[in-house]
Amino acid sequence: MSEKAAVNERTAVSEKKAVSNTTATNSLAHSVKRGGLVLWLYGLLATAVIAGTYLGTKEQIAQQQRMARERALAQIVPPEHHDNDLLADSFPLADHQLLGHKIPAEAYRARRASEVIAVILPVVATEGYGGAMNIIVGINRDGTLTGVRVLSHNETPGLGDKIEAHKSEWITRFDGRSLSDPAPEQWRVAKDGGEFDQFTGATITPRAVVKAVYQSLKYFSDHRGELLIDATLSGDLTLDITREDGEGEKP
Amino acid sequence: MSSESYGQIAANGLWHNNPALVQGLGLCPLLAVTGSVVNALGLGLATIAVLTGSNMVVSCIRNHVSDSVRLPVFVMVIASFTTCTELLMKAYTYELYQILGIFIPLIVTNCVILGRADTFASRHALLPSMADGLMMGLGFTLVLVLLGAIRELLGSGTLMNNMHLLLGELARNWTLQLGENYRGFLLAILPPGAFLATGMLIAGKNLLDRRLTKRQTPLNDNLIATDARAE
Repeated sequence: MSEKAAVNERTAVSEKKAVSNTTATNSLAHSVKRGGLVLWLYGLLATAVIAGTYLGTKEQIAQQQRMARERALAQIVPPEHHDNDLLADSFPLADHQLLGHKIPAEAYRARRASEVIAVILPVVATEGYGGAMNIIVGINRDGTLTGVRVLSHNETPGLGDKIEAHKSEWITRFDGRSLSDPAPEQWRVAKDGGEFDQFTGATITPRAVVKAVYQSLKYFSDHRGELLIDATLSGDLTLDITREDGEGEKP
Repeated sequence: MSSESYGQIAANGLWHNNPALVQGLGLCPLLAVTGSVVNALGLGLATIAVLTGSNMVVSCIRNHVSDSVRLPVFVMVIASFTTCTELLMKAYTYELYQILGIFIPLIVTNCVILGRADTFASRHALLPSMADGLMMGLGFTLVLVLLGAIRELLGSGTLMNNMHLLLGELARNWTLQLGENYRGFLLAILPPGAFLATGMLIAGKNLLDRRLTKRQTPLNDNLIATDARAE
């Protein structure tokens, strides 16, 4: 009789253990589920708030980026000189690797009365001291530079950052230069036998910029035809495209 | 749950428990963006916004979030505020946003924010939490701006240069210039200069603290001295 009772007792104890184990597992599972649900709910809420802010600021941000771009371009081709919207007259660069780009880049045409008076080329100077530098170069129809500006760089503050327009006027010394002014051998920093000054304590930075500007001038002269496309609209909205070399295609 | 008066909360945030000079938190942005007053002020204001906002939200949900997921939820709240602040800066102070660059999203990693959320906001009501966030943020910003002023003055010879990036066109002419031909003390702008300046600020604060406590107990000192002499 006692053995049966003992067996019953053992069964009861092990049943209790089993129940408490299950309860423990259940409450762990329960707490995980609850925690997961809470996280999910807060995640949903957070996403909603961020999405709302994003949609609310989208327009304003796009406008700011447009304005920043315009400001940068206006530094090298002043608005008085052209009558078109530069941002609307953008076109993808052919052979963008020639100008240091890893991905396709947008260039701009400045027109006056439909004639292209200047082209703005984005160039990447890959040999900066701190890596790649983003530069925009403005080139007139006749091949002279309208201006150069460094948009972004990682050069040393106080040493290489004199390439910035508001830190020194060094970058303005390119204005008016061309492939022949100075001669190709002079398109270097003074240390390399060229005509452009370097900075005290920083040669690599100006050297990279001079090289990039020279490359953009060469690109311009090699691709003149495609860059200087004048577009005129005749009365019945057909497009007459006149090439630089006079060969016209009339539909 | 202790209840501190608003005066205590303010004194803690601004002086006794200053995030930068006492707790030593948030040193990464402190050293990196304090090259000029406008940068320092811009990031400081963004940090105040995130800190106050997240403290308020954490305080509201403190009883509705299970212990096991407390910290992930707090981090999510802080990250949401950081992203929204970044979007707002991109929309309304674009040039400053470009200058501050990666340090705006990095606000989420500022230990002050998670620290206050966990030690204060999760145990106090809404209004004290908001006050704490505001005061801690203000204390942090004050140090940021002070450092920014020192480093800008020594490093570039100007003060409040480019303030219009943050405060609009009205502030364009607020720049003070330290003489025409100031060549600039480069070390002040580079990271070592930031470390040195911060160290000196901490030392200065400790010195002031010591002077203040000395001034509060001159009577005791006199009594001890008299006792010593009597013996």
